[in-house]
Amino acid sequence: MSYVLSCPNCGVREVTDFGFGGEVSARPKSRPTFRELNTYNYFRRNVAGVQREWWFHRSGCRAWFIAERNTLTNEVLFTARPEEVGEAGPGGRGQGGPDGRGEDGPDRPAAA
Amino acid sequence: MSRLPEQPGEKISRQRVVRFKFDGTIVEAYEGDTIASALYAAGRRTFSRSFKYHRRRGLMCCSGQCPNCIVAVDGAPGARACTEPAREGMQVEHLNARPGLEFDAMRATDLVGGPFTPPGFYYKTFIKPRRWWPLYEKILRHAAGLGRLREEQQEREWRTEYRRRHADLLVVGGGAAGLRAASTAARLGADVVLVDEGPEPGGRLLIDGRGERIAALVGEVEEARVETLSRASALGYFDGMVPVWQGDTLHQVRARRHVFATGTIEQPLVFAGNDLPGVMLSDGARRLMALYSVRPGTRAVVATTSDRGLEAAIALHEAGVEIAAVADLRSIPGSPAGTLKRLGIEVMPAHTVVEARGRKAVTQAVLQRVSGGGEERTFDCDLVVVSGGTVPASSLPLQAGAQSRYDNSRGNFALTELPEGVHAAGEVAGVEEFEAVLRSGELAGLEAAHALGLGDAASRGRVDELRGRLALARDQRAAVAVPPPVAGSRRGKCFACLCEDVTSKDIHLSIEEGYDSIELSKRYTTVTMGPCQGRMCQLPAVRLMAQETGQSLEQVGTTTARPPWVSVPMGILGGRPFEPAKRSSIHGRHRELGGNVKWAGDWRRPYDYGDPRGEALAVHQAAGLIDVSTLGKLLVRGPDAGEFLDRLYPNRFSNLKPGRIRYGVISSDAGRIVDDGTICRLDDESFYVTTTSSGAGAVEEWFSWWLADWAMGVHLTDLTQGLSAVNLAGPRAREIMAKVTGLDCSNEAFAYLDGKRAAIAGVACLILRIGFVGEVGYEIHFRAAYGEHVWDALLEAGAEFGIRPFGLEPQRILRLQKMHILVGQDTDSESTPFGAAMPWIVKLDKDEDFIGKWALEHYAQTPSATSLVGFTLPDGYVPTEGAVVLDGAGSAAGQVTSARYSPVLGKVIGMAWVPSALARDEARVTLSDVGRTVTAEIQTKPFYDPDGEVLRS
Ligand code: FES
Ligand SMILES: [Zn+2]
Repeated sequence: MSYVLSCPNCGVREVTDFGFGGEVSARPKSRPTFRELNTYNYFRRNVAGVQREWWFHRSGCRAWFIAERNTLTNEVLFTARPEEVGEAGPGGRGQGGPDGRGEDGPDRPAAA
Repeated sequence: MSRLPEQPGEKISRQRVVRFKFDGTIVEAYEGDTIASALYAAGRRTFSRSFKYHRRRGLMCCSGQCPNCIVAVDGAPGARACTEPAREGMQVEHLNARPGLEFDAMRATDLVGGPFTPPGFYYKTFIKPRRWWPLYEKILRHAAGLGRLREEQQEREWRTEYRRRHADLLVVGGGAAGLRAASTAARLGADVVLVDEGPEPGGRLLIDGRGERIAALVGEVEEARVETLSRASALGYFDGMVPVWQGDTLHQVRARRHVFATGTIEQPLVFAGNDLPGVMLSDGARRLMALYSVRPGTRAVVATTSDRGLEAAIALHEAGVEIAAVADLRSIPGSPAGTLKRLGIEVMPAHTVVEARGRKAVTQAVLQRVSGGGEERTFDCDLVVVSGGTVPASSLPLQAGAQSRYDNSRGNFALTELPEGVHAAGEVAGVEEFEAVLRSGELAGLEAAHALGLGDAASRGRVDELRGRLALARDQRAAVAVPPPVAGSRRGKCFACLCEDVTSKDIHLSIEEGYDSIELSKRYTTVTMGPCQGRMCQLPAVRLMAQETGQSLEQVGTTTARPPWVSVPMGILGGRPFEPAKRSSIHGRHRELGGNVKWAGDWRRPYDYGDPRGEALAVHQAAGLIDVSTLGKLLVRGPDAGEFLDRLYPNRFSNLKPGRIRYGVISSDAGRIVDDGTICRLDDESFYVTTTSSGAGAVEEWFSWWLADWAMGVHLTDLTQGLSAVNLAGPRAREIMAKVTGLDCSNEAFAYLDGKRAAIAGVACLILRIGFVGEVGYEIHFRAAYGEHVWDALLEAGAEFGIRPFGLEPQRILRLQKMHILVGQDTDSESTPFGAAMPWIVKLDKDEDFIGKWALEHYAQTPSATSLVGFTLPDGYVPTEGAVVLDGAGSAAGQVTSARYSPVLGKVIGMAWVPSALARDEARVTLSDVGRTVTAEIQTKPFYDPDGEVLRS
């Protein structure tokens, strides 16, 4: 894996400068069933194609941003600050991906 | 050192002699020599012993392509003697031969011979009886291999760097085509990097002695401001990034376009005894003569399939080597045959070499007519120069996604389609004649520049012209004959693969056993898997496979091109570019005080000052001072700060009063413990959050992630590096404070879990009254620059009370006495606050949502299978952390996470995960610890000051 990402604050950097935050997806808005909760916590769509993702500029400005990337080719279609992305807006962890797909699981860094 | 008279392009300086040692013997070399050229000039012919049969091997390619000259230099195995410059004082040793290169005991494997070691032999033979395998393995491991690492490798001895280079164009290969491509594109304004393996650019021009042409091309490149990396190897192609290894540096070159001008690799011929020292590729012989003025032999037999070998014969003759015979596989030899004839050397058409004979080195060669009667002739010689055609060095473009197809006219796999962004130029693209090579370089440079949006009408017009002339040149290439897959196979071992000692018979056998595809045969016989990575053996193996299976070469295909293209030291790839040690601003004092400094995560910290138990006792009896600057420190500010923390923690912070402190455990949305720490509200809109030392970075990421999502009115500032912190604790701590601060530290004015700002020894501090170690304590945070000043002031003020600095180890004893958990030590990624006996931390009555709420609601209802509890052991035995807790049936049901001897309690205490049914006071559990079983008694309340009266006093 080797490609570049453009941090909305800092510009183009090697991917190894960044931390990967996983697919953009929505945290349930109200109490989920146990099954929904586990799906949210442990399941990923794992798209073979274009998906929206969270990235963290770990070796740079330490800001989180959104990228749209083709997981098959590693082509990065765009990067943006979270508030710039679509109708999702503040507080919405994406109304699904670019194709409006569902509110599945997010991916969190292990903070231990 | 016997040398030829001065050659026009020689690289040696005859006035400067350098001396190095080979296997303990001093060897003299000229500056500019390689290890191999100096050894060869001194008469050495055997350079290594082969991988399996321990046969003698000598110089073959003289260009770092084959496995034959691999040696250890100054204890590091893996250097190619033929490319490694001779340096004064270097220690060179042979590999893979015991007791020595000239007498190798393992040679027996070859002499016993025949069917004794077919592919898979070791696996088939030494598998029974199974229990003997460890013994077999030991012997076999010893017998095979390519050298051993020096055992006394010093830690971080070799410092490697990486560098990232973004460019418009990367040109790989510094021969005529690469040089021309680079200068062409750079002149049109492209930012170009040129990579070349040799000590200086020139490629094959070097052995032609065309110094002026090289100088002119290099001049163009310099003038056009191309960045040239010499002695640098492109290792592979990874999504457009090409790592380039150069000395101690790994350049990660990311270019928008790539020109591969990597040339070709001359191929050996497969015949009986084709691995004997003295059998050499034509370019190898020419390199010895042209670059190092070394005569490769006195009497030579030449066998070729193209003009290359004929040209070599001319060069050999000029260097005074007697030419015994020249065999050209073609029925009509190429034009250089005329020159040879004028020199009185007859070329034998439609002949090839079928056998090389000799014990330590070649003494005879047998040539045979390939058609008709097949009559043979034997010649005495000490050199057999072979040229079996060439293959394009196309691994990098193939890795980039290029396609190749078998080209019958050249007898090799030629590049066909190139992916977007990739160009090929020169011999790798099938262009051979010198002017055509230059044109092809220019064309690639122009095309790359145009694709970058550079160039003008004139440069565009030139493209069509070049294309036309190149097509013409391609049609006029000199003929090449395709050699038979193997010749003389009944006469002796014919090696298809020198690296792994795979013979034509081995491939035959592997196919009989059913490994009849090239990828399977590769894995079974290991052909192409050795140090040459298929350079010398891929095509021979494919040819043999085609012959054996009756397929066409196209059908057989090639094995997949994979990085790395050249052998690369692990240190270059794996060595972290830098591994900074974090040290607190007080570190110097710890050293002076005799601190026993060790790694703690990224930090260097004093584990103790020589007396961990004494230090722990001092905290109980007088006072202790510990540097806790490693704690994560986050300032959370803004109108929504309280609500933000309420959403991140299972307990509540919005109702915390300014100047008060609350403990918090961060949980994930899965309800698992992520980190812990204390939070002090500084004022209405600001909170000071501390985290564990190891979790500092991750908690900051976690906070900022949720903030990025929620976009609340909150600002985060990471103060971890900017602030230092010390913890002053013990019964005399209050008296010490009174001496260094004007702040009223009485229990009434400054109560447990209060946070206050005040000056200590003149330095503005935030003072948190918390009790991680179980005694009255003040955790003091202040600007890191004042670290030593505050530390000194506290020790000085405390001297009369018997204060002692204490390290990490006594702190671990002290906190364990209080059953204060260490996240990551006592908990793991499965632990919930309920299992960890902290149900009180979870406020499920909070109306608002918080991270982990739903999972924690679930766990509140579902009892955890195991629980974290304390235990004591009676007899002074301290169990290992990780010792197993057994259930009633004797099965593993939990584990010990912490255990220490407590000097103040006079007994062994610990914490462990035990079956929840046993998680009650006075229950007994059995611990199994490396073969020993002991019975522990459970305790659920802290061992020391169970009700926290000391802390609040
Ligand atoms: S002779 Fe040195 S690598 Fe071939
Ligand atoms: Zn950035």
